[in-house]
Amino acid sequence: MITPALAIHELTKDYDGQPAVKGLSFTIAPGEIFGLLGPNGAGKSTTINMIAGVTRLGGGRIEVFGFDNCRDYRTTRRLVGVMHQEVVIDNFFTIDQTLKFHAGYYGVRVDPAWRQMLIERLGLGPHLHKVMIKLSGGLKRRFMIAKAMLHKPRLLILDEPTAGVDVELRHTLWEFVREINRQGITILLTTHYLEEAEQMCDRIAIMHHGELIALEATGALVERLGTRGVIVHLRGPVEALPTELLAWGAQLDGGGRTVRLTLPPAQTTGDLLDLLGRCGMPVADLETKRAGLEEVFLQITKDAPANGEYTP
Amino acid sequence: MSDLRPPEFISWLPFYTLFQKEVRRFLRVASQTLVTPVITAALYLFIFGATLGERISVLEGFSYAQFVIPGLILMGVINNSFSNAASSLFMSRYLGNIVDLLVTPLTPAQFIMAYTLAAMLRGLAVGVVVWLISLLFAPLPWAYPLTTIAMATLASFLFAQFGIITAIYANSFDSLAMYTNFILLPLIYLGGVFYPISILPPAWAGLSHLNPLFYLIDGFRHALLGTGDLSFTTAFAVSGLIALALFAWAATLIARSYRLRT
Repeated sequence: MITPALAIHELTKDYDGQPAVKGLSFTIAPGEIFGLLGPNGAGKSTTINMIAGVTRLGGGRIEVFGFDNCRDYRTTRRLVGVMHQEVVIDNFFTIDQTLKFHAGYYGVRVDPAWRQMLIERLGLGPHLHKVMIKLSGGLKRRFMIAKAMLHKPRLLILDEPTAGVDVELRHTLWEFVREINRQGITILLTTHYLEEAEQMCDRIAIMHHGELIALEATGALVERLGTRGVIVHLRGPVEALPTELLAWGAQLDGGGRTVRLTLPPAQTTGDLLDLLGRCGMPVADLETKRAGLEEVFLQITKDAPANGEYTP
Repeated sequence: MSDLRPPEFISWLPFYTLFQKEVRRFLRVASQTLVTPVITAALYLFIFGATLGERISVLEGFSYAQFVIPGLILMGVINNSFSNAASSLFMSRYLGNIVDLLVTPLTPAQFIMAYTLAAMLRGLAVGVVVWLISLLFAPLPWAYPLTTIAMATLASFLFAQFGIITAIYANSFDSLAMYTNFILLPLIYLGGVFYPISILPPAWAGLSHLNPLFYLIDGFRHALLGTGDLSFTTAFAVSGLIALALFAWAATLIARSYRLRT
């Protein structure tokens, strides 16, 4: 059996009696890009901080490549690289100096080729000798990724890595993340850009009120829970919609020539065409639009009860 | 893409790197961390050595400048050991960059020793420079050189621990300043830097014996001048016990990540 890159068992945490994470359990396979999503306050950053060692575990257990992150913390922290959501810098030093320090904190000598690759790929070269306080927001983000990766972690945690960065940099960063993932680095990321999560992640977990309310392959999640919007252009106008279509929430538009509706998850486009045929409504054209992760996310977090439990 | 095999782990390197970073931090702002305290001490030396000192005598066989110089040297050691540990660790907590250390394999022992040694280095460096400047005003006999160095080292260690503890408990810059202004400064000024405790009225002299700084300053002066109110045994025993107690306190806070990890 392959040892998971990350295994979380019954993880809990509360702050002043307020639960932030409630019995969270999931595993991430080596080489996976895993998305941890959820609205603000869902417990994502608390979870990430517990994995990284910034926050003490309230209860439960975390294993990184089979090592317990409390008992074997010197091993697990070397295996993990973390880019925090907040920009964390030391204004006293330059990028160059801070990178040297950071490798040292991890107990490793910098691999010059690896360091150079990070500097080049993240566009830090011209800014190496600038003190942190003089860097732009985007540069600080790039620097934080380099810092998280300098010691060659096997699990890279990216907490909102593209928050507040421009579109070009966002694309550069994601391209870079894909590339290092192809080299074998496991990625755990949180992002508010759900379209990107949909494109990037092999699997997605959704947290809400400190609990897991969904966890499955990205495509399957969207397929299972994603609704489809349909616009039907009729050959001729109709005065009213049949009861069966009204039950699906259909609306008449375009002078009686256009029907707009959202297909319920259990129904197919074929079912709709059959129904229209039975109702004597010949179809001239049909447009469908599959809802993405964004709609799934909104639907699932809206519907989830505060104390609901996830059943895979 | 480069080789992704993890590099060899060097277990002492996290400690050495943090120590190195702390030293470079205070060197980077040397005008604040080294030059300012030296100028302050030089002004004291000028006032008490070249002006008022001519008219004051508190210890038989020594000028007032010779009496006050050991206190000023130790004041520099104490103030700067304390400030280095307190300000650096507090700033890391305040700015949030402490997480850069919390996510690494740095052990609690490495953490506390790196902050302690850097603070001691700054304190002792200031002490040495103050001593060098004092040579312009009055020579010191250096009666017990090794004991002098040991006493200064103990003082810097003790106040590095106090600085670490302060940095952990302080909630704001105001509360950090409060520890300095309402605890450290009164202890220093009432600990016998500028006068021997023996000239105080009995009640005040008795009260001064409760001040831990008195034992350090008297022991240090005794080692430099060859005469003091206390024996070395008493000075070392009391200062050593206080240093150990503060170290145990600081080590417990760091080991439990008190106010460092949420």
